[in-house]
Amino acid sequence: MIEIKNLVKTFKDGEAETKVLKGIDFKTEDGEFVAIMGRSGAGKSTFLYLMSLLDDSTGGEIIIDGNDAHKMTTEEKTLFRLEKCGYVFQDYALLPDLTALENVALPLLMQNIGRKKAYAQAKESLIKVKLGHRLDNLPSHLSGGEQQRVSIARAVAHKPKILFADEPTANLDNESSAAVVEIFKELHQAGQTIIMVTHEEQYAKMAGRVIHLDDGKIVSVQKN
Amino acid sequence: MFSALNLRIGFFLAVRQIKRASLWTTGLIIFVMVLTFLNLVVVSGVLVGIVQGSIDSHRTQDTGDVIVSSLDDKKYIENSPEVIGIIKSLPQVKDASARYRLGGTLEANYKTRKDTDKPNIAVTQIIGIDPVAENNVSNMSKNIIKGEYLLPDDYDQIVLGSLLLEEDFSFNALFATLKNVSPGVKIRVNVNGVQREVTVKGVFESKVQDISRNAYMIDSQFRSIIGRNDGNVSEIAIKLNQGIDPKEVSEALVLSGVDEVAKIKTYYEAQPQFLKDVIKTFAMLGSMLSSIGLAVASITIFIVIFINAITRRKFIGILKGIGINGKAIEASYVFQSIFYALCGSAVGLVLVYAVLVPFFIAHPIDFPFSDGILVAPVNQTIFRVGLLVLSTVIAGYIPARMIVRKNTLDSILGRN
Repeated sequence: MIEIKNLVKTFKDGEAETKVLKGIDFKTEDGEFVAIMGRSGAGKSTFLYLMSLLDDSTGGEIIIDGNDAHKMTTEEKTLFRLEKCGYVFQDYALLPDLTALENVALPLLMQNIGRKKAYAQAKESLIKVKLGHRLDNLPSHLSGGEQQRVSIARAVAHKPKILFADEPTANLDNESSAAVVEIFKELHQAGQTIIMVTHEEQYAKMAGRVIHLDDGKIVSVQKN
Repeated sequence: MFSALNLRIGFFLAVRQIKRASLWTTGLIIFVMVLTFLNLVVVSGVLVGIVQGSIDSHRTQDTGDVIVSSLDDKKYIENSPEVIGIIKSLPQVKDASARYRLGGTLEANYKTRKDTDKPNIAVTQIIGIDPVAENNVSNMSKNIIKGEYLLPDDYDQIVLGSLLLEEDFSFNALFATLKNVSPGVKIRVNVNGVQREVTVKGVFESKVQDISRNAYMIDSQFRSIIGRNDGNVSEIAIKLNQGIDPKEVSEALVLSGVDEVAKIKTYYEAQPQFLKDVIKTFAMLGSMLSSIGLAVASITIFIVIFINAITRRKFIGILKGIGINGKAIEASYVFQSIFYALCGSAVGLVLVYAVLVPFFIAHPIDFPFSDGILVAPVNQTIFRVGLLVLSTVIAGYIPARMIVRKNTLDSILGRN
């Protein structure tokens, strides 16, 4: 599904260069649940963003679902993200002007799915994360845990090939975190490929494989 | 490409952004657009209105809709009674006023003047009229500011334009004016060496300065002064029924052969050259001011959309991140610009046509040479709305594109 070879990412700030990823090799298969761990600044989020085509690498190779990321245009990457990927961000990344239902329906509408069908699919997705009663609420009227569940509903409503999650529980209390993790577990059991960055050991244990990053390199791979 | 799908998603986003935006912010933006619209329409409209007021004054108080006057090398229109008959037979003609016009002098205080005193004389055009016909064409009685208008039975009475009198025209360096003359005072008319003592019956004031420098008498008495008994007049001002194109009547008169003995001009053709020049100059000024207004509108909307987009950069990043096409996002800002421009224009249109135009008609701006009104022809206003929308679309698109083009992840994370 995803194959990465010698991935390098360097950030430039004037003359100064910071090498965040220093040659990472990685491969994942369909239906796998991979957790990426590491201390702050280890490069785990950067790794996730590159792998999910949200950012461009400085060097190396990313083959995702048979597509070479370096050969894809910006438009192609956007379309790939729309059709094949789902994203859950640490800060939920919901659109404040859209209701929960509209937030979830938007990517479906962009895929040219009819309005009625898109809204039905979005509603179904929100019911799955137990937010059937919050369809018409704006994000500002939802709790952090609820917002994150809307974010997950949006990420999976179109049944993506890969679900990318960047510290999805970092801003949540224990109860909400547990609810989110439970959803991830159910999704994985249903065959969803998930790649999740987390710094919490207890949630990483749910993954089939845990990758530890340090100083821009994979230092260990642990199978659960 | 702005595909149908991108436009649909753009519209979806725009509607929700507008719907859930702060009412105050939306109101303020629309208010700015209203002011911009008014700047576009009203400023040039008033400029044109000043000229239009002058054109209207010439038309309603002097030339009528069509004016028939003597040929350049003739003192009067030959066979005038026949020409008047032709004019009156046309169904489009509502009224016609035949005028005798001749230069002469007016003298006041001649009884009390000592030999060493300077004579109190003003040079003028003296016009002989049928007061009823003239009033039907030029509504002259409404312009009387002192005394009364002429009646058909008046004998040796005269009405004077205000510019002939010193007390009504203080700027008398250019023209000699009559001192101590008011209704009831006797003055002496001198035309072609023939003198006649007449009583000032009234004083009138017109926005057409040429008219305000004229003196009017009953036609039969004026004919006796100038010794013309053939009924040949100097000019005939024609008022047409409402909605009739003056050109139509002008052409009908030409077909009747009137052009062989007289010049036939529509009110537009009879406009003085200075007025035509003023129209051109004001139109140019209006265009300049409109262009500045348009530039201000474009810059305003650019700033509004730029600030809107820059403060929403993170959300633009999120949209791109979850796979929303950049063109759809750009379209959403274009739709917002269109919304602001259309709302501003709609409020502006209501203000212009329901408030300002009727207000200026009821209370024209009192310019020395015109009653300034607000001229806002619908077709030109619609064109300006189109221009405003077009410029705001461009001004909205550019900043949206600038922000959408930024790196997706940098936008999401708020990195520069």
